[in-house]
Amino acid sequence: MSMLEEIPVSNNGVPEPEIAQASKPVSRMRLVLSRLRSTPRFWVGVIGLGAVILWAAFGLIPNQWNYTDLDVYSMGSSPNSVHWFGTSDIGEDIYAQTIVGLRKSLVIGLLVGPIAAIIAGIVGAVAGYLGGWWDRTIIWFIDLLLVLPSLFLFILLSPIFKSLSWVALIFLLAGFGWMIMARVIRAQTMSLRERDFIKAARFMGVDTWTIIRRHVLPNVSSLLIIDATLGVGGAILSETTLSFFGFGIQAPDVSLGTLLASGQGAAVTRPWLFIFPAAILVFTVLSASLVGDALRDAVDPTSGVNRD
Amino acid sequence: MIGFIVKRFINYAILSAIATLSAYVLASMILNPAGRYLGRNPRPSDATINTILDGLGVNPNTPVIERLWNWAVNLVTQGSLGETIHNTSVISEMAARAGTSLRLLILGTIIAAVFGVILGVWGAVRQYKFSDQAISYGSFAILATPSFVLGILLMIAATALNGFLGVQLISFTGEYTAGLDGGLWVHFWDRAAHLLLPTISLALMGAAGYSRYQRSAMLDVLSADYIRTARSKGRTRGSALVRHGVRVALIPMSTYFAYSFATVLAGAAVTELVFSWHGMGEFLFQAIQQSDINAFTGAVLFNAILVLIAGTLSDVVYAALDPRVRV
Amino acid sequence: MTENLTTDLSLARRRGASPSNHLLEVRDLTVTFPQPSGSVTAVRGVNYHVDQGEFLGIVGESGSGKSVSSLAVMGLLPSSAQVSGDILFEGRSLLGRSDKEMSKLRGEGISIIFQDPLSALTPVYTIGTQIAEALLLHDKSLSKLAANARAVELLKVVGIPNPERRAQAFPHEFSGGMRQRAMIAIAIANNPRLIIADEPTTALDVTIQAQILEVLQKAKEMTGAAVVLITHDLGVVAGNADRIAVMYAGRIVETGTVDQVFHEPSMPYTVGLLRSMPNLATAGHTRLVPLEGRPPLLTNLAPGCPFAPRCPVAIDACRTTEPPLIVFGNDPANSAACLRVAEIASGALDRSQLYPVPEPIAPADRAEVLSKSVLRVEKLVRHFPLTKGSVFKHSIGTVRAVDGVSFDIKSGQTLGLVGESGCGKSTTIMEILELAKPQAGQITINGVDVAVMSKKERQALRRDIQVVFQDPMASLDPRLPVQDIVSEPLTVHGVPAKERLKKVLDVLELVGLDPSMASRYPHEFSGGQRQRIGIARALVTDPKIVVLDEPVSALDVSIQAGVINLLEDLQEKLGLSYLFVAHDLAVIRQIADTVSVMYLGRIVESGPAEAIFDNPQHPYTRALLSAVPVPDPTVERTRQRIILDGDLPSPTEEISGCNFRTRCPLYLLMDPAGQEKCRTVDPVSRPLNSSEVACHHAEHIDRMTGTTKQPQRP
Repeated sequence: MSMLEEIPVSNNGVPEPEIAQASKPVSRMRLVLSRLRSTPRFWVGVIGLGAVILWAAFGLIPNQWNYTDLDVYSMGSSPNSVHWFGTSDIGEDIYAQTIVGLRKSLVIGLLVGPIAAIIAGIVGAVAGYLGGWWDRTIIWFIDLLLVLPSLFLFILLSPIFKSLSWVALIFLLAGFGWMIMARVIRAQTMSLRERDFIKAARFMGVDTWTIIRRHVLPNVSSLLIIDATLGVGGAILSETTLSFFGFGIQAPDVSLGTLLASGQGAAVTRPWLFIFPAAILVFTVLSASLVGDALRDAVDPTSGVNRD
Repeated sequence: MIGFIVKRFINYAILSAIATLSAYVLASMILNPAGRYLGRNPRPSDATINTILDGLGVNPNTPVIERLWNWAVNLVTQGSLGETIHNTSVISEMAARAGTSLRLLILGTIIAAVFGVILGVWGAVRQYKFSDQAISYGSFAILATPSFVLGILLMIAATALNGFLGVQLISFTGEYTAGLDGGLWVHFWDRAAHLLLPTISLALMGAAGYSRYQRSAMLDVLSADYIRTARSKGRTRGSALVRHGVRVALIPMSTYFAYSFATVLAGAAVTELVFSWHGMGEFLFQAIQQSDINAFTGAVLFNAILVLIAGTLSDVVYAALDPRVRV
Repeated sequence: MTENLTTDLSLARRRGASPSNHLLEVRDLTVTFPQPSGSVTAVRGVNYHVDQGEFLGIVGESGSGKSVSSLAVMGLLPSSAQVSGDILFEGRSLLGRSDKEMSKLRGEGISIIFQDPLSALTPVYTIGTQIAEALLLHDKSLSKLAANARAVELLKVVGIPNPERRAQAFPHEFSGGMRQRAMIAIAIANNPRLIIADEPTTALDVTIQAQILEVLQKAKEMTGAAVVLITHDLGVVAGNADRIAVMYAGRIVETGTVDQVFHEPSMPYTVGLLRSMPNLATAGHTRLVPLEGRPPLLTNLAPGCPFAPRCPVAIDACRTTEPPLIVFGNDPANSAACLRVAEIASGALDRSQLYPVPEPIAPADRAEVLSKSVLRVEKLVRHFPLTKGSVFKHSIGTVRAVDGVSFDIKSGQTLGLVGESGCGKSTTIMEILELAKPQAGQITINGVDVAVMSKKERQALRRDIQVVFQDPMASLDPRLPVQDIVSEPLTVHGVPAKERLKKVLDVLELVGLDPSMASRYPHEFSGGQRQRIGIARALVTDPKIVVLDEPVSALDVSIQAGVINLLEDLQEKLGLSYLFVAHDLAVIRQIADTVSVMYLGRIVESGPAEAIFDNPQHPYTRALLSAVPVPDPTVERTRQRIILDGDLPSPTEEISGCNFRTRCPLYLLMDPAGQEKCRTVDPVSRPLNSSEVACHHAEHIDRMTGTTKQPQRP
């Protein structure tokens, strides 16, 4: 999800062709919305994500089994009209379990994405605007975390948050999910800092924090929205991977990761134990990243425009 | 140019060193190596446990700084990374496993980079045409799939294929078939058959990421003025894109390669576990599960060195591709 | 003689779809770009032709469709563009040809020189390779070695010193002027019959512009090619072109011989454009005549003449029918698209009275000013260390960005600080605006040395000194409404919100904007209006000094005049002092009372504006002035032009003695003893006639004679 890195996301980078200046001035917001509307990927993503959220919220209502119920009469049965996604070896209803797991994964993803984006925005803007030692220290810290894969750190830290509730996991994932985006925000801030309106504010005597709050953060907000959206998918991926290996969500809580872990052994022989939760997982993350990618194309006029 | 690369190498080397040392400190603070003995029946005496821990250099009663110092001194003077909790040398454990991991990593990365670049360029040039849409949705789907799911899905597919063909064409458990008789070729083919799925899994993930990045780098280049200049000299659009466009669009890829390498390492570790390979990924996971500080630090050092090599390599490629950084 | 004949033929042929015997003929060209918000027709029925060896100038402001039409000729428009009409080159139609067929013609028959030579050259190949590539593409029998040798030859032709070594260099190692020379070398590599130059000098300094125009003329003579020069600067074509076509809103609105268009323009737009341009020959004596309004949007054109809303002599018929381009007068080369062309051509409508000349500020409204020094800069120095080394940074030199600059601005006066890019003028004003202690020297504002001020005093002083930037788009935060932008300086000084709003509405009115637009966002305004917002922001604190950093150079010519007039009026009304930084000498001539000319971090000459412009004493000033093109073909043909050699030396270079001597034309004319002095003694500023000049031999300045431009036609 680090494609933004190194590709300058500017709104004045490439000079627009002559014709663009002649077109009617439309507000940036409306331009972005109209670009979004004409992007099929955006609609696929939004409808997909909406459907997943609705399903997670109301999907249990028509189902006669709860996720803790054990149907002793049909253990390890394949999908049928009673158990839509089949049952596990001890008779758990996979449909109910998938929904409950999905809820947890969604909540984690939807919280971690925006929290990480906020951290990235503040850290990136501070590093980019203040420069000097602030910048060097922050960049070193970020680089350090890029050398040490965050998955390994999560696993190392797992003994601590295993004992805490699953909420701790949210902060952990957010705490290690902002680095790449912070670099992008920093690069963007550095180019903003040289822009005349920031210089103008400086020469007027506006203080640093006001400039960051009034001029820098609003001007990188579109990047942060994109990051928050893409971060949702990334967080769900990290959570499921951790839970799959037993380092994340702990019993009795259920997430898609723990569900996949228990279905793994039977993946080849009784694929429904694995395929259904896996498909839901991929679909959810895919939808979120399609929305994020469409947003990025809509916000950045240079991306996705082939002017040849 | 040499100066540039030396500088970047030193930067990476310092980063790797700090990463390793902080991993040691972090592991020492979090992991509890004594726990392993407390659960034993009969429970060893505190003194015995202390002796064992002292022998490993992981006794929590010794200050972390002192342990770190001893560890570092050992590394520098004897080239030793300490002993694992099973009283084997960390270095020899790693030596036995490193080859397995490297084979997977190198093959997977090369295949991923080649396919990623080709698909990305193709997608950019054919923007919004069917092939671009297919590549895009394909890469998004792969990027949305956790590596362990991808691995298991490949296994399910391979089982179905084997069942359909009626022969064990693709094997996927472990690195090789245990107790296999036969000559060199038999062993070679056996290993290749085992290598197939994990490599595909790793390469797919890498290629999906690279292709997205290469596509957007290439799109930037497509509208560049120098493409127009090349065409105005008398090149056709296609030939201008290949001769002038791809060459420039590769430059940001070399940087991306360095940044994405840590992700690749994590993906490779997960893939090893899924396919039951006894590589460095498994070593690292087990180290944490068994609260083995020395083994964990060794594994982190291994990864850090790989990042160091990958980063320097990508800078060499960068300097070779872009005359602007050659000082 | 022959030309008239061909024009007659073309007129006869235009009625039927007959073959053309012009080198290039564009017939009824229309280019439309489909866009989600509605399609944009950038070119709407353009007709023109170019004959062998002819020099055609196409003039237009941004958005007039001048570049799009030339890209259409090259077949380089985006594939989404819909092109109709016909383009005939050597009698054969170019439209509908495949990319492969076109690529055989591009570079060999028609070549093009683009505006920005940095982005137009591939960064990863050497200059030599890129020139050789153009040769190899069209001559398969050429060996690589021969192509490289020819590339070196071409670099020599376009005037690049050390061509053998320079051919091995990459584009980023070239200066802007050298890159543009390399682009010309690529364009002439295959001896094309037609060279299109699309704003070839726009990004360059005047002295470099003069060099490039000279190389372009030379290239034309060598290859015998016809040239189409596309520009927004009327001055650039005045001296070079045979014929001119003026474009407005996607159409040609007037075309004719260069003398006809410049001396007797017949379309009100052309008249207005010529009147609104600050012109070295006339500036300073007369007020500029602004061309109000802005070009129409091409998405949704109203019926009628697109210029009608801005036209002072539009009649009702102008708003219903769009006039065609019709021939008037005796020469069939001259035509204009105006319903009232006959009246204008006959003199019934007086050209000079077409646009009302704005009244100067009434004496009663003028502010009283006491002549005292408000901003005094003495021996200001700003050096940047230049570091090198990858592992261990070490200093390899100093960039002497500002190297002992002194000037003094009196209240109510304007100081014009002029110089080419890289001369240190921007660094100078940034140093002043920081209000911090300079590295060396002294900055005194209102009699107080800024170096000894407390933080609080400094903050209070910021009320008195404000700044207006060059690019009005970049200097306004796109996320804030205009009232927040304009009131921002007041927030710093703790002015209550209610008072702030009142003040904002007042200043908006003062700069000629409707106060009811205060809640809108910057993107809803045109370039000229945005610059007015920038001026309003600078005035909101009632400053005494306004620093203007190239305030009009990002604006179209027709907009510039209005902003310059506004600045002049505000100065009179409010008694402001301006530090006006610009590279455009004509603009400086228009507005400045005193002028300082900067070169490599030093002021080489300063004095009253009339003295500097009418009787420059320093060889650099003289060269600079002679390089500025004047939009008058008669003046241009008889002018003496001093072309400086080479580029501005890098500010890291240590030049002993006078730092201009490496390019100085006067230095070459001095005897050995005089040259010795230039080499060893750093000239100090000394009064001469009525200006201060830093040159040892300023008394001998009249030894310098420029080259007169060769007459274009026999």
